[in-house]
Amino acid sequence: MLLNQFLLLGAFLFCTGVYGVLARRNAVLVLMSIELILNSVNINLLAFAMRNGNLDGQVFALFIIAIAAAEVGVGLAMVLLIYRNRRSIALDELDALKG
Amino acid sequence: MVAQNISFGVIAFVMAVSAIKVVTTRNVVHAALWLVLVLAGAAGQYILLAAEFVAATQVLVYIGAIVVLFLFGTMLTRARIGRTEAVGNRQWGTALFVAVVLAGTLGYTLIDAFRGEKLPESVDVTSNTHRVSDVIFGTYLLPFWALSVVLLAVLIGAIVLARRE
Amino acid sequence: MLRNGWIIPLLPVAAFWLILFVGKRLPRKGAELGILATGGSLVLSFVAAYQWIDRVTGAEGGDHGGTEHALRAIGRSILPMAEEAHGAVVEPVIRTFTWWQSGGVEFTFGTHMDGLSVMMIVVVGIISLLVQIYSTEYMKGDEREVHYFAALNLFTAGMLIMAVAPNTVQLLLGWEIMGLCSFMLIGHWWEEKKNSDAAMKAFFTTRTGDIGLLVGISILFFAAGNTFDIVTLNERALAGEIGDTALFLGALALFVAVIGKSGQFPLHTWLPDAMAGPTPVSSIIHAATMVVAGVYLVARLYGVFWEAFDIADGGSNLIAIIGAITIVIAALLAFVQSDIKKVLAYSTISQLGYMVMGLGVGGWTAAVFHLFTHAFFKCLLFLGAGSISHSGSHHSFDMKRDMGGLRKAMPVTFWTFIIGTAALTGFPLTAGFFSKDEIIATAGQGGYDFFAWVGLAGAVLTAAYMTRVIYLTFFGEPRGAAAHHHPHESPKAITVPLMVLAALSLGAGFLNAVMFDIHKFQEWVEPTFAFPGVTHPEFEVGELVLALIAIAIGYGASYAYYWRGVGQGRFVERNALARGGYRILENKYYLDWLYEQVVVAGIKGPIAKAAYWINQYVIDAVVNALGIASREGGRWVYRNLDQRVVDGAVNGAGFTAGGSGAVLRKVQTGKVQQYGALLFGAAAVSGLVLVIVV
Repeated sequence: MLLNQFLLLGAFLFCTGVYGVLARRNAVLVLMSIELILNSVNINLLAFAMRNGNLDGQVFALFIIAIAAAEVGVGLAMVLLIYRNRRSIALDELDALKG
Repeated sequence: MVAQNISFGVIAFVMAVSAIKVVTTRNVVHAALWLVLVLAGAAGQYILLAAEFVAATQVLVYIGAIVVLFLFGTMLTRARIGRTEAVGNRQWGTALFVAVVLAGTLGYTLIDAFRGEKLPESVDVTSNTHRVSDVIFGTYLLPFWALSVVLLAVLIGAIVLARRE
Repeated sequence: MLRNGWIIPLLPVAAFWLILFVGKRLPRKGAELGILATGGSLVLSFVAAYQWIDRVTGAEGGDHGGTEHALRAIGRSILPMAEEAHGAVVEPVIRTFTWWQSGGVEFTFGTHMDGLSVMMIVVVGIISLLVQIYSTEYMKGDEREVHYFAALNLFTAGMLIMAVAPNTVQLLLGWEIMGLCSFMLIGHWWEEKKNSDAAMKAFFTTRTGDIGLLVGISILFFAAGNTFDIVTLNERALAGEIGDTALFLGALALFVAVIGKSGQFPLHTWLPDAMAGPTPVSSIIHAATMVVAGVYLVARLYGVFWEAFDIADGGSNLIAIIGAITIVIAALLAFVQSDIKKVLAYSTISQLGYMVMGLGVGGWTAAVFHLFTHAFFKCLLFLGAGSISHSGSHHSFDMKRDMGGLRKAMPVTFWTFIIGTAALTGFPLTAGFFSKDEIIATAGQGGYDFFAWVGLAGAVLTAAYMTRVIYLTFFGEPRGAAAHHHPHESPKAITVPLMVLAALSLGAGFLNAVMFDIHKFQEWVEPTFAFPGVTHPEFEVGELVLALIAIAIGYGASYAYYWRGVGQGRFVERNALARGGYRILENKYYLDWLYEQVVVAGIKGPIAKAAYWINQYVIDAVVNALGIASREGGRWVYRNLDQRVVDGAVNGAGFTAGGSGAVLRKVQTGKVQQYGALLFGAAAVSGLVLVIVV
């Protein structure tokens, strides 16, 4: 197996996630796109771990998974708060800091 | 060898399609389900990359917990179950452009840098978990503890944030 | 003291300041300080005189011990002995201090001690001291006694500064100080308008003359090669190094100043009016010291005048003419005065005329000697008049109304006044006899015959009008105040100075009694350095006889008129010519009318109005036009440049900032996704660029 194929897969997932973060209105969907990005990073790490022959990449990937979980928890809590305050979770309606 | 390549190709294709579906579908719940597919595909890739423990953790944590969280969140924020109108916002064009440029750049760089690098054939697959735990509780012990603190903080923080006064 | 003569003027200056500050608290209102200072100055002047005499007599051979030699020299002079001819040149002692230097010209301040200056400071010292002692009694209780003594001391200082001046600038300084002080002192009782008027008149008339002084000093400065130094001026004038025209104009200008200050015709009008001041002031300023400043000026710069007016050749010159005119017209005016001080004022003018005429005919020694003696007897006469008014006529000076028969009540005053009159008229063997007749003799022997006759005529008139004064004051029946106010003799402070002056009036003449071949004054005072070759009169019996006849005529005429009543009885009213002449005299030759109504009013009226018109309509118009122009210019600049260009630029910058801000503000939407888009977009593009480039 080529190293590149994994890396390219990761790159594709990353870009898709970026598109999702930038283009989705729903806050939950944005969080999902962030998960996509994190997963692409994981694939990258693991590919390099295998290439280099040590397990640091795997350990790192584990940590990322844990952190992703934590982040989603907090993120959804915040989304809930926003929903309570504004009755909507459309991100382009959150422009109170408009210049 | 060939089997690995084929399985990789299939799983990769599924993942790609599912990812695109995640970011384009108008139905939030559908997006969550497509996300499940992506995550599952990712777990499969991890196994191909001789990272079983990570694959298992992925399935358990990501699919088991995080997607459930997403669904709860969707439910709690009264997002319409079913089609919603205009899930994409006004700057999807810019986002597309950015994503394409990014993809192009990344792709070009990767191909240019790692052309024809092969992954090693023989990998010591047995007792991967054993060896992973050795590394975690050996070299990366401090980050592990920090991580546990983070999780604790997140736990408390999420409760504090979301509780009703 | 010759080398340290600068102390002599300094003492009265110090007294002036001290009196101003502490005089009020002293029992005698500052007179003590003044008398002390003047007395000290006088003592130092005597020392200087000794030293100078010693210098002069020691010049012909060897250095002899100072004071002893001088005393021997004086002792020798008391005995009439033939004097050796002195061929030696005695240089004056000059010490200067440069106080300003610019453009190659040095302005110095210092002393120039020679016979003339030493004589002057001795005279000033004696007169000033006696007058101040006199004033302690005369001015007692006056409300401005302190200022009086302060001004008196400042005046003394001014004359001393002028007397020892080594250059014309310092001379001018002393001159002007004296002018100021005379103004202050004449107008001492300025509450009465006529007193302040008199002070103004004196000031302005002398000021007119002072223009001449400034012009003259300047012309001589440039003509003589950029020097103010008196000795240098004299030297160069005598050596012919100064151009003729410049020399004449400069000397003429200086002479104008002399006319003003020394009360010569036609600027004499201020002197009689100046009698409005206190009598001691009149005596010091207008009889003995200030008015002779003009004479002193000519005597000091004699080399200049000698060359400018060609005094060496007989005939006539401007100085002598003016002097002669002054002698006669003043003497005539003295006849029609009823105020005793005015008589003495006109007498002073007349005697000053003698001095000026003397200088004009080449009689330097005679004129200066007359200055010397005149100081004593004129001061005596004025102080005597003051004594009369103080104790006899109850502060009145009107002879016809308030005096008469005072000889019994005031014997000391009477006898000293007689002595003063005798000296003034030239009674034989008095001081005035020797000095006045020397002037007449010089005129006669120097080729100035006409002026000799004028001098004799003056002697006649002087004798006559003074006898008139004596009669009206001391003889006859007491009139007015003299009758009602119990005249008595004056206190010692007044009579002692009178007696001192009387002694001087009698004895001072013997310093230069040509008749007895005594030439001490000439020997000591006449400069030998930078001095023209003046002639000295020989004693001629014929001249002596003429002089005696002249004064006899004068005495006799008055005696006959007053004592014997000859010709009395409305002579003036009966004769039309006499009446006309009397009226002319009464109006003082209409000179005052000429000055006040014609000259001053003419300037005040049309000329001043014309100047005002020019100022308002020409000068102001130009100024206003400039103002309007600049204002309009300012407006234009404001409207076009400031509002449009400058403000336009400023506003434009503001709009640009605001506009660009409004545009750029759109970036700040507050939407996170947009920020993210920008971020990622930038990263992607820059990554692409990097990849392509690198």
